[in-house]
Amino acid sequence: MEPALEVARLRVRFGETLVLDGLSFAVERGTTLGIIGPNGAGKTALFRALIGALPHDGTLRWAEGTRIGYVPQKLDVERDLPITAAELLAAKCRVAGADPGEAVHAFGHVGLAPAAASMPIGSLSGGQFQRLLVAFALIGRPNVLLFDEPMAGVDEAGQESLGETIHDIQRMHGLTLLLISHDISVVYRYADNVLCLGHGVPCFGPPREMLTGERLAELYGGPLHYHVHDP
Amino acid sequence: MTLDPGGLGLELAMAVAAGLVGCFAVLRRMTLAADAMSHVALPGIGLALLFRLQPLLGALATLLLGTLLIWGIERRTRLPIDTVVGVVFSAALAVGSLLTSGEELIDALFGGAGKVSGLQSALGAAAALAVIAFVLASRDRLVVSLISPDIARTSGIRVAALDLAFLVAFSLTVALGLRFLGVLLMGSLIIIPAATAKRLAGSLRSMFAISVAIAVASATAGTFLGAALHRPPGPIAILVASAFFLVSLPRRRRA
Repeated sequence: MEPALEVARLRVRFGETLVLDGLSFAVERGTTLGIIGPNGAGKTALFRALIGALPHDGTLRWAEGTRIGYVPQKLDVERDLPITAAELLAAKCRVAGADPGEAVHAFGHVGLAPAAASMPIGSLSGGQFQRLLVAFALIGRPNVLLFDEPMAGVDEAGQESLGETIHDIQRMHGLTLLLISHDISVVYRYADNVLCLGHGVPCFGPPREMLTGERLAELYGGPLHYHVHDP
Repeated sequence: MTLDPGGLGLELAMAVAAGLVGCFAVLRRMTLAADAMSHVALPGIGLALLFRLQPLLGALATLLLGTLLIWGIERRTRLPIDTVVGVVFSAALAVGSLLTSGEELIDALFGGAGKVSGLQSALGAAAALAVIAFVLASRDRLVVSLISPDIARTSGIRVAALDLAFLVAFSLTVALGLRFLGVLLMGSLIIIPAATAKRLAGSLRSMFAISVAIAVASATAGTFLGAALHRPPGPIAILVASAFFLVSLPRRRRA
């Protein structure tokens, strides 16, 4: 079967700086790719190239019929923005031509309390807002999810449950998930393959081979302490 | 001075358009840019008077040209829109004031209550309706791209085209209000009602309603009080809008 995404010799520049150079990998349908690397390694640039927001060279091929649900890195939303959570999801339903019922479904799916629907999005907590963005991404029946640090700004207990929620949704609907995360243990637990961006040549492979102490030290330019939960 | 029903109808339609366009101008953090942008009409008015053309046509021409210019500069340089507009269009005010003189300049800057022809009223009303229809029909796409242009892209929204359409709607609204408010004050009728509504509203729906209500109330008060006090309507309309804003300051909104 055709992979969900094929990337070959991808090259992205910011002005004179080469952010990504000669990047090649493929993502099978229904699998999770974890993307790790230090700040400035080009993780977000990769996502932005994948959605067509950044010019690039090389091959970047999505399978036919790909519908992307995207959660960008922590958004800076004004605290006094008078748009309610329900209004935001309803807007997405109409833009995506989705049934309004999908908004209600997505809302429940990510574990947001019904009372949060009528709250202005600026007054939601960090965790609630990230859950809302995940719900937003799920509307329009995407088959690929691109999540850029979806747990950023969420407290530790919330991270655990949001991680589980994302994993459940991905498995239940057979979605392809590309997940950027600073949390190596999350990547270890959920990813089928890992793409490491950073110092040296990018590496790609299953977590057990990619997430060794040696490789991580090389990637982050120093020893890294992390805790692996066995699946 | 007698009140002109055609002119009044046009003012009300313009106020509704200003209230709606203003909501997204404020939400897109274009508050200062919106004000400066209205100044670009002045060189157009100056040039039109110089060549004995209809001033509004000159204003509309430079407004649309200015819109394309800031859209292009913003896309190429990725500078914040406030910076681009601030730099480019303060210069427009300078050029405009050199081209326009005397009483014409005062009218162009602060507006007046002159009579409008039937054709002008009809064209103005059509333009106001077009702006209102655009904002209402595009509100979902505007909301999504406001939250994140990248999310908007993955939702199938053509962000650059939408940005341009919004700026054109904004310019058209400025042009509609020029006769009434002038280039210095028109930006304020777009921004102040929406900024007040943002403080008071707890949802987009209520923000639209409050902003339109304040814009219409201010424009109407400007017209009637102006006629009664023998003063131009524009400054009175803006004072009324500012009073609404001041009253909204101590109130912290919503549940």
